[in-house]
Amino acid sequence: MRKHLLSAADLDREQATLVLDTAQQIEAALAGREVKKLPTLRGRTVVNLFFEDSTRTRISFELAAKRLSADVINFSAKGSSVSKGESLKDTALTLEAMGADAVVVRHSMSGAPHRLAQWIRGSVVNAGDGTHEHPTQALLDAYTMRARLGRLEGLRVTIVGDVLHSRVARSNVLLLSTLGAEVTLVAPPTLLPVGVETWPAEVSFDLDASLKADVVMMLRVQRERMAASYFPSPREYSRRYGLDAIRMGMLADDAIVMHPGPMNRGMEIAAEVADSVRSTIVEQVSNGVSVRMAVLYLLLGGAEVPL
Amino acid sequence: MTWLLRGVRPYGEAAVDVLIRDGIIADVGPRLAAAGAERVDGAGLVALPGLVDLHTHLREPGREDAETVQTGARAAALGGFTAVHAMANTDPVADTAGVVEQVWRLGRDSGLVDVAPVGAVTVGLGGTQLAELGAMADSAARVRVFSDDGFCVADPALMRRALEYVKAFGGVIAQHAEEPRLTVDAQMNEGVHSARLGLTGWPAAAEEAVIARDVLLAGHVGSRLHVCHVSTAGSVELLRWAKAKGFDVTAEVTPHHLLLTDDLATTYDPVYKVNPPLRTAADVQALRKGLADGTIDAVATDHAPHAVEDKECEWGAARPGMLGLQQALSVVIVAMVETRLLDWRGVADRCSIRPSRIGGSVRDGHGAELIAGAPANLVLVDAAARSVVDPAELASRSRNTPYAGMELPGRVVATFLRGRPTVLDGKAQA
Repeated sequence: MRKHLLSAADLDREQATLVLDTAQQIEAALAGREVKKLPTLRGRTVVNLFFEDSTRTRISFELAAKRLSADVINFSAKGSSVSKGESLKDTALTLEAMGADAVVVRHSMSGAPHRLAQWIRGSVVNAGDGTHEHPTQALLDAYTMRARLGRLEGLRVTIVGDVLHSRVARSNVLLLSTLGAEVTLVAPPTLLPVGVETWPAEVSFDLDASLKADVVMMLRVQRERMAASYFPSPREYSRRYGLDAIRMGMLADDAIVMHPGPMNRGMEIAAEVADSVRSTIVEQVSNGVSVRMAVLYLLLGGAEVPL
Repeated sequence: MTWLLRGVRPYGEAAVDVLIRDGIIADVGPRLAAAGAERVDGAGLVALPGLVDLHTHLREPGREDAETVQTGARAAALGGFTAVHAMANTDPVADTAGVVEQVWRLGRDSGLVDVAPVGAVTVGLGGTQLAELGAMADSAARVRVFSDDGFCVADPALMRRALEYVKAFGGVIAQHAEEPRLTVDAQMNEGVHSARLGLTGWPAAAEEAVIARDVLLAGHVGSRLHVCHVSTAGSVELLRWAKAKGFDVTAEVTPHHLLLTDDLATTYDPVYKVNPPLRTAADVQALRKGLADGTIDAVATDHAPHAVEDKECEWGAARPGMLGLQQALSVVIVAMVETRLLDWRGVADRCSIRPSRIGGSVRDGHGAELIAGAPANLVLVDAAARSVVDPAELASRSRNTPYAGMELPGRVVATFLRGRPTVLDGKAQA
């Protein structure tokens, strides 16, 4: 493994598979145990540095680090650098001085984890940066697909929604193509970035034509995007790009429906779809902890300490 | 004082001696004799008219922590410039006779370079009300170039009025062409790299749309328009069209847009963040071609010093802009001379003669040919000398050079301003 996990593109096929396999081993090791804790990272310090509110991701990383017996510090620093208070660099130097072995960073600005990695000696894990990437989300999604469908190679994955602003979409496209899946992005043309044609994915504007898939992943779409004319109204968005019961009925029998959360029920996904047996949304959350444990273990513990 | 420059090559041509006396080029010819003259061994050095920069940010008043007129003037002299235009986006904004006179006086006191203040087009760069352009024109600074640079004069009616109004005193509007509604939160060129990096795109069309509008307006009212820092292939095409129509339009390109491309943003190092942003390799080629064929009239640095904390941060939080004065000629050599797109006469034309006419510094003796009787504003450059750019060695108070670590050709050995050396043996004289 590299020192940092900043982008899903940091992982080649072998390394990505190692993370997924390690997560699986961790899950097996903990299954049925009363004390869900491994001693692997005892004495190591993991800092959760969250510049943006994200309770679910922070809790997931916190739990992952604690289950590996690491010391966990939650550092919540809302607002950007420069404009408000301490700069990112000063924060980095502070964490450095405190001896952080790993910094898990969530930031509203794309590339902030890359900057951090230039300033500190410890490992940096990108827990979501602006509209750039969210690599551990992609890893937990891949883990969930593999657990449900048994493979990733050749899997047809349709990702639907606000690709333009989605770090989840960017990381998933990179990771899934590395792992041999075939990705199709579906969105209104306004919510696809200029340049998307160079990504390792097909692009479609038509959801109904893209439902012959093994996995349909719905992305969160903020209603406020309407104000900037990305789409005329939430109702029209939901009609054209929402996954409702009728569209769910067009899916293959074993196809699954994913969502990184938090969901806008009634917007991109109908309640009956979110709550159906196809939905992996709750599994994704629990798999997130295992995958993040695997990432921290591989970055910090490495091969020296057996699971 | 009398100076004898021995064996220099004007415009890279045959070696001659140049005799400078009382601020004037007294003689040009082989083996000149001058008793008591200070001698400069100029063997192998290319002599050019002193460079003229239509676009610098000297940050004074307001951000003296990033640059002062004095430090910027030193960087300019070391870069071979004898005149620079200082943009109006200071604090307070240079939108009154008082502020432009202050900047002009600071430049005069520096003794290193003539500083021609640019006046703001609108009050406070606010884009809504014309500043007192006539008062700035009539001031001691004799302002002729007006620009809201940093911001676009986006209101088409206001732009039209500004273009018309400055005709009364031979002024020119230098437009920062950026349609603001198309560049909300924009961070870098919109394209393949912005898509991957998740940085909001700055589309080429946002520049081109304003240039298209403004050349039409300039043509319609018969006014002079100057387009700042042209950055896209499409802009070059529009300018070519406007010039073919006979419109009185000029344009500049920065050194960095002649050399660097948007893939540098993949580092997320904001030293590469600039406005307009670095574009694609195809744009770079089109800009070079446009400068070579004269569609683009001038190289202008857009020298933009920034304090460390404004660059050592997240890309999105960083201020746009990069240093340019000291490496401009080197970049022109790499992009234009070594590629044989321009000869040295071409460099003199685009870096001195044309900008002196556009900005009006020709009245103070800038952009003059290297002939007997001309004002002695000139630069001697060792075109073959190569060196690695070390930010710590730059004269600017700031360090945000995108060329750090690059080996570039071209060393400015001497600069003369009205017959007095501002740089000798590569060292500033003040």
